[in-house]
Amino acid sequence: MSSASLNVEIRRIRELAPGIREFSLSRTDGEDFPVYSGGSHIVLSLPLGERPHRNPYSLLGDPTVRDTWRVAVRKQEESRGGSRWLHEQAREGMRIDISAPVNLFPLIRTGRRHILVAGGIGITPILSQARELARLGADFEVHYAYRGPEYGVFSDELEALAPGRVHHYVQSRREQIEFGSLLAGRPLGTHFYICGPAGMVAASMNAGKSLGWPESHLHSEQFLAPTGGEPFDVKLALSGKAFTVPSDLSLLEAIEQQGVDAPYLCRGGACGQCELEVLGAEGELIHHDLYLSADERASGKKIMPCVSRLKGGCLTLNL
Amino acid sequence: MSIAFKPDETFRGDYTYRNSPAAIRRFPFPFHQDQYMYSVNMEPHTKGPAGSVFENAFDIDEHYIAEMRDRAITLERDPGRCVSLPHMMDAEWDTLELIMESLSRDYPDMFTLAKDGARWSWINRPLGIEQTFTFGDAATLPCPPFEYITRQCQGDFVIMDQRDNDLFADAGMITSQADWSLMFDAGMSFMEWHGPVPLAHELGVFERALKYLLMLQQGRPVRRLNWTMTINPRLDTSPETYPEWGPDRASVTPDNVGDKVHLRVELQALFRLPRSNGMLFSIRGYLASMNELATYPRWAKRLHRVLSTLPNELAEYKGLVRYKPTTLEWLSKFDDGEVLPAGTQPE
Repeated sequence: MSSASLNVEIRRIRELAPGIREFSLSRTDGEDFPVYSGGSHIVLSLPLGERPHRNPYSLLGDPTVRDTWRVAVRKQEESRGGSRWLHEQAREGMRIDISAPVNLFPLIRTGRRHILVAGGIGITPILSQARELARLGADFEVHYAYRGPEYGVFSDELEALAPGRVHHYVQSRREQIEFGSLLAGRPLGTHFYICGPAGMVAASMNAGKSLGWPESHLHSEQFLAPTGGEPFDVKLALSGKAFTVPSDLSLLEAIEQQGVDAPYLCRGGACGQCELEVLGAEGELIHHDLYLSADERASGKKIMPCVSRLKGGCLTLNL
Repeated sequence: MSIAFKPDETFRGDYTYRNSPAAIRRFPFPFHQDQYMYSVNMEPHTKGPAGSVFENAFDIDEHYIAEMRDRAITLERDPGRCVSLPHMMDAEWDTLELIMESLSRDYPDMFTLAKDGARWSWINRPLGIEQTFTFGDAATLPCPPFEYITRQCQGDFVIMDQRDNDLFADAGMITSQADWSLMFDAGMSFMEWHGPVPLAHELGVFERALKYLLMLQQGRPVRRLNWTMTINPRLDTSPETYPEWGPDRASVTPDNVGDKVHLRVELQALFRLPRSNGMLFSIRGYLASMNELATYPRWAKRLHRVLSTLPNELAEYKGLVRYKPTTLEWLSKFDDGEVLPAGTQPE
């Protein structure tokens, strides 16, 4: 169930801005990479000691370039190790495993017009979507917000794809996207896509909904990093294992460390693939995912182990 | 060539279609047990045993040339059997690429694909086709890319567009369907086009199947078998031509059951498409008459038991009601009551 992996070499590291690095990857078997669609991501397996540490990153390059894939990584302030490793330990020539591409943020091909919005490092999937829309000759525009002029790291690449259709918002100049006006008065058939910080995504969704946009035309991608938390105990009913999830591991990572093969794709609470059935929970389920509905959360029968945890005693899972 | 084609056999008129003993032996008999019920019976579509219908991504067999001719006849009579909505062009090229790469890799003596950048050269020896074209430029092919390649590959095809957490049947090449209409279903969502299937909705089969398929990954196709029965070895059993084949259901007699009644098995596979993020659904049909199946008594016994316990709703939906008693009577000769272990093997 888990992703098939490809072994790649880090061919090139570029420092794009303070705390933002771009990695160019090539397959170690010399084969071509598969083609992917705009908005796709891959999962990098990072060698942080014994534990499996896997982070999702969007593919930002040109999918017709089959010998190199590019991802950009921002160093997270509260990194549990993944982005810090990529910033401090990773070197050109190192080899890592990555997953095949998965697209949880696809373009809607029936759309008549597309509004793309990127906040900071959220530019990465937006860049590949813009490239696809440009290739298709579609009607689109890009709105790109970042902290200061030096952080607009993909501005040139975007301008080349969509001359005259890229709008810049530089926070240090007090420029900000006003979603109320951006989304007002748009014709039917327009689709909106945003990737950025949680507050920005929420503001845009609220603006869209209050203007009467159908939810099916509002698209966002957010990957949640597992936040860690208090330790708790787990029993796996089928495999008979019992163990404690430490504060710095996700439930999914702890399960994998026990040698149990659990399904997953995005590892960011978005895709739903890792859903597990809760047989018993002594304590409160702390759901951090973006997948389960309110009813499913209320039922207490399901958990997404990539980001969610238990506060309290022991969690029993049907695994 | 390694396959002895039967280029002159027919699927209409005089119905000269027959299976060789080797084709019968590899027939994808679908019944593991003595009873049948719907389930989400999907498994990875990985390379199966040599010679089996699961060996390759797209199975080419002795009926290839004749089936492609029958498809051309059906399209000539009704061009609406091939449909593709305007937003499906990337998915059309994805499909052409997947089929050409698979066939040239799996049957190198029959198919050759050479690439020089976007300039592709394709050779299909069994059908005598040679074509050089520019990948991505539909004007360089004699017809749109999806129609072009599915006129050269056995099986029906649907391409689904994924959006709004759903799958929409937005393109199709359907000339050998078990009584459903592409014209009617084109553009429908997953639940809409499965609407008529009895019992399975109540079992939650489609809800689970859709959730599973939405997460289907590139390079990890899945497959399942489906089945029905058909009178005469006819591919075009569509609603559009019902007057031509519907009345045949009343023609089954104890004397002609063995020749007329066919088990029709669909090997259905689903592939995530890379450029479009769409999904190719291939429906590769196999037909075997009762006489052919009964060359393996194990299959005759099992089919007898499956049909005798089949829920009425399913028999109605599959259109078997009228000739089921005659078929059961004929199959009962083979069923000595032996306990059959689970499995689909012929012997």
